[in-house]
Amino acid sequence: MRFWPCVLAIARKDILAELRGREIISSVLVFAALVLVIFNFAFGQDAELMREVAPGILWVAFAFAGVLALNRAFIPEKEENCLEGLLGCPAPREAIYTGKALGSLAFMLAVEIVILPVFALLFNIDVFRPQLIATTLLATIGFVAVGTIFSALAVNTRAREMVLPILFLPVVTPVLIAAVKASALSLAGSGWGGDMLQWLLILLAFDAIFLVVPFLVFPYALEE
Amino acid sequence: MSDTTASIPYAIETVGLTRSFGGYRALRGVDIRVGAGEILAVFGPNGAGKTTLVKILAGIMRPTAGSVLINGVELGDNARLRAGIGLVAHSSYLYGSLSAQENLDFYARLYGVKAREKRISEVLEMVGLTVRRHDRFATFSRGMQQRLSLARALLHNPSVLLLDEPETGLDQQALDSLWQIIRWDEEKRTVVFTSHNFERALGVCSAVVILERGRVAFSERACNLDLSTLRQRYGESAGAVKP
Repeated sequence: MRFWPCVLAIARKDILAELRGREIISSVLVFAALVLVIFNFAFGQDAELMREVAPGILWVAFAFAGVLALNRAFIPEKEENCLEGLLGCPAPREAIYTGKALGSLAFMLAVEIVILPVFALLFNIDVFRPQLIATTLLATIGFVAVGTIFSALAVNTRAREMVLPILFLPVVTPVLIAAVKASALSLAGSGWGGDMLQWLLILLAFDAIFLVVPFLVFPYALEE
Repeated sequence: MSDTTASIPYAIETVGLTRSFGGYRALRGVDIRVGAGEILAVFGPNGAGKTTLVKILAGIMRPTAGSVLINGVELGDNARLRAGIGLVAHSSYLYGSLSAQENLDFYARLYGVKAREKRISEVLEMVGLTVRRHDRFATFSRGMQQRLSLARALLHNPSVLLLDEPETGLDQQALDSLWQIIRWDEEKRTVVFTSHNFERALGVCSAVVILERGRVAFSERACNLDLSTLRQRYGESAGAVKP
């Protein structure tokens, strides 16, 4: 029943609320930029070493910034007591999940669009490669798909902001490993074939699984 | 509650409704029947299970056992049935950073309201908040927040309206208009509300239920009750705890 209109309404509301408060974007951007600057100072003297560790640094910045963003997916609903309002609506529970995931995806992509040029500037690396963009997109989709379900699970716990990374990061590790490996190949000038294709397929498989699993478990995730 | 015959389904019927939170049983086999167009007042001391009952009737909480039937169809996880229910709860379910218009527009999209702009203008007019439509919800007083919450609940013109202590925070003028709005089309709409105000509630309802420790301790049609009898019954049912 009216799946996509509900999805778009929820994502639109989240983006509108964020544009008003700028709670997520500003804090996440500052955090991600800070990570890049700190690592740049740590490895800045050795260009070769910096080139080797750059993909890992990039995904450390994205991952921790992503956890901050995902933490805010359901917490404002809980803080303003609006979660019950959403559950009382005729929106299918899966539409609530998809809408929230879509909103978080928009925030993360916005952060990545800003952070990638900063990364290119600080590490003197050409990031505008289609392989890196594909890797970032696929990994971000997987990251958000898993993160949104764990964010919903964590919101009803007491130490919710601590619970999310504890539950979520071990599960999302395969995505991060594949993302780092594919990014390293991409930054080394690899084409689409060989190892690059293998890592991209792993990301694709992970995305496919974690875009289906939440549909099965989400209706129970928000139960008190 | 209702004289509705067996062939016509009740607008709301609960069968053996039970809800537990861990070891605590908030509702213990509640059976309630409300006919179409009736207004049921639910009384009970704090912790009697009124809010839990309303949340289950609204479909935002699952019962541990028992069922809710809306027009003879089990509510369960039926999104189509939820589309016909409006709820004014303790919380407004509205977002502080959004304006009144944006909040209502969001819910209108979720409920698939047709001619959204027109309907939003209508409900804002109904609750007297047209001039504040572009102001952020966070800037509203408690009474205005409650009125906007009522506008949200009426936005999709529900056939069942649930109100959990709707009088909280309202001044006398707002209280009068609240019941005026609720009774506006009472013949079409079935209303269940919880309250601690016997006098006002008895003036508007067609039936009364008193909950005590998760059970229906007393139920009667309003026409068979006067204020003193209701107070006496409440005192007896609620262990002599008077509001």
